[in-house]
Formats: sequence, C-alpha cells, structure tokens
Amino acid sequence: MNGSALFVAVFLACAVEAVEATTIVLAAGTARDWRSATSGLLSAVAVLAIIVAALGPAVSAVPLQGLRLVVGGLLLVFGLQWLRKAILRASGHKAVHDEARIFRDQIEAAAEAPSRRIAGVADWYAFTLSFKGVLLEGLEVVFIVLTFGSNQHDIPLATIAAAAAVVVVAATGAAVRAPLARVPENTLKFVVGVMLTGFGTFWGAEGAGADWPGSDAALLVLVPLIALLAAGIVVALRSSGRRVGIPDMVRGGGRPATVGEEGQR
Amino acid sequence: MRAVLRALWSGLRRFAAFWYDFIVGDDWRVAAAIVAALAVTYAVSRTGIASWWIMPLAVATVLPVSLWRAARGARSRDRPG
Repeated sequence: MNGSALFVAVFLACAVEAVEATTIVLAAGTARDWRSATSGLLSAVAVLAIIVAALGPAVSAVPLQGLRLVVGGLLLVFGLQWLRKAILRASGHKAVHDEARIFRDQIEAAAEAPSRRIAGVADWYAFTLSFKGVLLEGLEVVFIVLTFGSNQHDIPLATIAAAAAVVVVAATGAAVRAPLARVPENTLKFVVGVMLTGFGTFWGAEGAGADWPGSDAALLVLVPLIALLAAGIVVALRSSGRRVGIPDMVRGGGRPATVGEEGQR
Repeated sequence: MRAVLRALWSGLRRFAAFWYDFIVGDDWRVAAAIVAALAVTYAVSRTGIASWWIMPLAVATVLPVSLWRAARGARSRDRPG
C-alpha cells in the first residue's frame, strides 16, 4: 500500500465523519450561539489532539506482526459493521443517512432547550452539543488514523489526510452555513465500508501469519472483490423486498423514512 | 463513598458500552466469527499450509448471513399480528 492509497483511504473515511460533525456544529451555532458552539468544537479538537499525541507513539512502539493482528482484526470488525449498514441502506432495509433531516431535528431540539451560562460559556447547551458531536465523530477519525497509520508506519501522513478532510469539509460547511446534504454521504459510506473491510481482511490475515500471494498487490484484487460481493448482496436484498425509504446511491440522499430496527449510525 | 463507587461503575459501563457499540455494533456474531477466523488463520499458518484464503472466505460468509438475518428480522416485524 503506497502513500497515495493510504491518503485516499483515510481522507474519504474521515470526510464522512467530518460531514456528520459539521452538521451538529452548524445546528448548535445556527439555533443557539456561535461562540459557544465554536468553544465546544475547539475543546473537543484539543481533547482529540491529546488522545492522538498520547496513543500515537504508544501504538507505533508495538511490534508490527502483533499490531497488524489486533488492529487488522479491529478494523475488519469495524469495517464490516460499516459495510453492513451501508448495504442495508442501499437495499432499502434501513433509512438512509439524511444530513438535512438530522440538521432540522437538531435545530428543533436546540430551540426547545433552556439557555444556561456555566463556567464562562454563554450557552452551555450549544457548547455541549458541539463538544459531544465533534468528540464522538472525532474518536472515529482518531481510530481510522491510528489503525491505517500504524499499519503503514506512517501516522503523520494519515494525520495529514484526516486533517485535510476535516479542513475541506469544515471550510465548505462554514462557507455555505448549511448541512452538507449534497455530499453523497451514503455512497461514500459504502465505499469506505468496502475499503475498511478490504484493508482489515488483508492486515488481519497478515498479522495472523498468512502470506498473501503477490504481497501488497493482493489488495488490488481483494478490495474490488469485496465491492462486488457487497453490490451483489444489495441486488439480492433489493429483490427480496424493501422495508424503508428508497435510497438513491447516486444522489447520496434519498427519501428519509422510518428508521429501521437498528440505530441510525 | 457508595455514591462515588456507583457513579464510577456507571461511568465505566457507559464507557464500555460506547466502545462496544463503536467497534462491535449491531451484530456481535460478526465480531465473534472474525475472531474465530483469525484464530483459524493463525493455526493453519503455523502448519506451513497457505492460510491467506481463510479471512476472505470468512468475510464472504459472515457478511451475507448477518445481512440476511437483519433483513429477515425487519420483514418479520413488518408482518401484522
């Protein structure tokens, strides 16, 4: 896996998380108080920076074989979870992720909450909403950076890719002051799910002692095969009947409907 | 003291629940199958036999089965009565 592949994989995965965090910060700022929402955002970024600074060197010190087994396994389980939800959305068995609707819901909830001044923060609700949203989405970014970066022994490049994704998405969100509903988020989640599953399978097997035919070139076969498998399952599930709204993988939006039996994320 | 311990326990449970939901998610069987497949890969690779195919095979089996269960569960809840 070369540097550009690492960059693209981390950039795409982190862009998806950044879109979700941006929606929450925009809702907190628009409905409540921009200064408090920004304070929450910066506080969460500071906490995340401390986590990366603390865990980054520690993870890098672990022997590569053991690291690939544990991190590859974690990445595979995480990737399969992501891909599973993407397939359920694409086949109509789960409501599609709709940033515009999430933004409206957050605005409504924020408008009803009482305003309180705590510890010098003008609007505690806007601060905590922004802080929690950025911290939770940011933890996923940290996880992706550490897993991809440590496996390739290039945490700095993975960090740059993640930072680039966050900056691009945040700048776009700040410019339009609206949820990034036009980003094909559901399609991106599908692609990222395939990549996480592919890399997780590769690294997990390698960490467990397997030798891949063609070494790193095996990824060029593995990732497309997983994409084909996922697309095949989508077709099979679509033909077996739909439960919720009809997703539109091309537009990345789709008509929101009742959320299925599982969580929205 | 008791209140502090209860709060600590509650915090630990929330922390563990967050990471469980974050990593394992909706179907714990997927995680269990992957751990088992990694163990089999390790055992087979120790014998000198090629073991690279075990993980792709596990993914190709676990993913459709898990999704089929989820879709079937959704449809059965749709049925009246």
